[in-house]
Amino acid sequence: MSDILVSEQSAPGADGSGRPSGRLLEVDDLRVEFRTRDGVAKVINGVTYHVDAGETLAVLGESGSGKSVTAQTIMGILDMPPGFVTGGQVRFHGKDMLKMSAEERRRIRGEGIAMIFQDSLSALNPVFTVGFQIAEQFRIRRGMSRADAKKRAIEMLDQVKIPNAKGRFNNFPHQFSGGMRQRAMIAMSLALDPEVLIADEPTTALDVTVQAQIMDLLGELQRERRMGMILITHDLGVVADVADRIAVMYAGRIVEEADVYDLYAKPAHPYTLGLLDSIPRLDEKGQQLRTIKGLPPNLMNIPPGCPFNPRCAMAQPVCREKLPPLLQIGAGRASACHFAEELVNRD
Amino acid sequence: MGRYLLRRLLQLVPVFIGTTLMIYSLVWAVPGDPFAGKCGDRACPENYVAAMTEKYHLDEPFFVQYAIYMKNLFMGDFGSTWSGRSVNDIIATSYPNTLKLAAVALLIEAVIGLTAGVLTGLRRNGFLDNLVLISTLFLIALPVFVVGFVLQWLFGVQWEIVKPTVSSEMRFTELILPGFVLGSASMAYVARVARTSIAENRRADYVRTAIAKGLPMRRVVGIHLLRNSLIPVVTLLGTDLGALMGGAIITEGIFGVNGIGRQVLRAIVTKESATVVSIVVVLVLVYLLMNLLVDLLYAALDPRIRYE
Repeated sequence: MSDILVSEQSAPGADGSGRPSGRLLEVDDLRVEFRTRDGVAKVINGVTYHVDAGETLAVLGESGSGKSVTAQTIMGILDMPPGFVTGGQVRFHGKDMLKMSAEERRRIRGEGIAMIFQDSLSALNPVFTVGFQIAEQFRIRRGMSRADAKKRAIEMLDQVKIPNAKGRFNNFPHQFSGGMRQRAMIAMSLALDPEVLIADEPTTALDVTVQAQIMDLLGELQRERRMGMILITHDLGVVADVADRIAVMYAGRIVEEADVYDLYAKPAHPYTLGLLDSIPRLDEKGQQLRTIKGLPPNLMNIPPGCPFNPRCAMAQPVCREKLPPLLQIGAGRASACHFAEELVNRD
Repeated sequence: MGRYLLRRLLQLVPVFIGTTLMIYSLVWAVPGDPFAGKCGDRACPENYVAAMTEKYHLDEPFFVQYAIYMKNLFMGDFGSTWSGRSVNDIIATSYPNTLKLAAVALLIEAVIGLTAGVLTGLRRNGFLDNLVLISTLFLIALPVFVVGFVLQWLFGVQWEIVKPTVSSEMRFTELILPGFVLGSASMAYVARVARTSIAENRRADYVRTAIAKGLPMRRVVGIHLLRNSLIPVVTLLGTDLGALMGGAIITEGIFGVNGIGRQVLRAIVTKESATVVSIVVVLVLVYLLMNLLVDLLYAALDPRIRYE
């Protein structure tokens, strides 16, 4: 372990000095638990990541790894109760949003940070037209007149390449196809020109051909508007084209963070390795698909040591005793594995 | 939409014929002599009975009587009572009273029921929630005459806040208490349905989206949540509207309202087939039209429903 640059990876300004770090959005040592009748589930156990203007951070992980809960905490739309934020900060322009008043937070939603949801059919209100739901942003948040708001909403629909935007304005969500509906959802979230866009599995509910179109559109809009984007996904295929950096989550923690290229070329955590290995390959046609054996841990009873150790092929005694911290292992990459160095340096 | 409406209206024809035939035959089959006890202690004179029998076609076969009745009905003549008063006249005087009472009852159901439902649906398990749950349970469990007499005694006799009975002018303030009594059970159902509906939709994805858009809480609840939660409530209010317009025999009786319910009761007791059938026919028509109205209202509230 000697030649690993050992330093706790921490965002500047997180040392309590309160100095503005210049970061757009930072999540710092966030901890969230769900208190249910059956017990306390520790869903987020010290997540730290950031996103700057003009870059895309992909947050990768299985269901239940805490990627969506982190996003919901940032947006302030976590169901509380059962959810409780037990520690950490979410800083937007250096200001901790968790300490803001409800009204201050409301103003940031949509204008500072906006969000796209996975299932556009249930995420859009079924009884209002798509146009109404987009124009509402301009009317309520910008105080525009009905006519102006409608004009702006049609422009938004046009920007997300919905054909015949004017005619589609008065359609209801169920009259749109899945792909068109997700485009409308994107138009709605971008209406107030947010600085950060959180896309929570934006393509999961779509056909594969449509998935690529939506990802291309998102990438294009993100570059045009120089937005910071957090792309939450469990699909490694979706990530490669769009993301600048990737954070891999497991059991409510970040286990690896790296540039896209580094992560694909040399994963520094056995979990990431397992994820990459489980992508089906054409040259192995006919063989059984590879999986990561075992199941993610029960969040009410996370195993001691490294939470991944029961499933890890490389697990050693130390893994069952000591929780590996997220340590920097070179420029812009970090891993929470006792054996990160061995992994990166293997042939 | 137009074709749907036409089909629904055409469906009224067989329903109309069926109900009138059924009610007419039932009243016809009720045993007893309509002229028994009509003339004080003595039996009615032969010539009076003969004249009445002639006038009301009482010795004709059933279907002839029914045909004559229907013929008159289509000419706008609802028949007359034994004393010769036109049934059109009875309906014209008493039905507005019933409608006024129904309107007040519906208003109370909608306003109080919906308010209680929304407040408790947003904040479950609080003091207000338990209060509403228990009080609605009482209102549903108690028969309307108990609620009626108890409230009449409390407000009208004991505390003298209102007059115990309604005057013939049917002022709005007088109608609040009877309206509350008439609407109490439905109000309780409205509160409970609204509560469940709000609580269910509260966690819906589209509500989360509305919050994520940074809309003020007022608008999230008042526009996005309420509009969706209203659909089952409107069903309930709609069916109730039909029932309320059918008059309220008990409530009208307790508070002395000269409504259609009392007239039906009187006609049944005096075996006036024409009056009973005519009033019920009007009520059936009103009920069917109200149902149609509610079905159309659905489509307005929920765009996913389309009538072909």
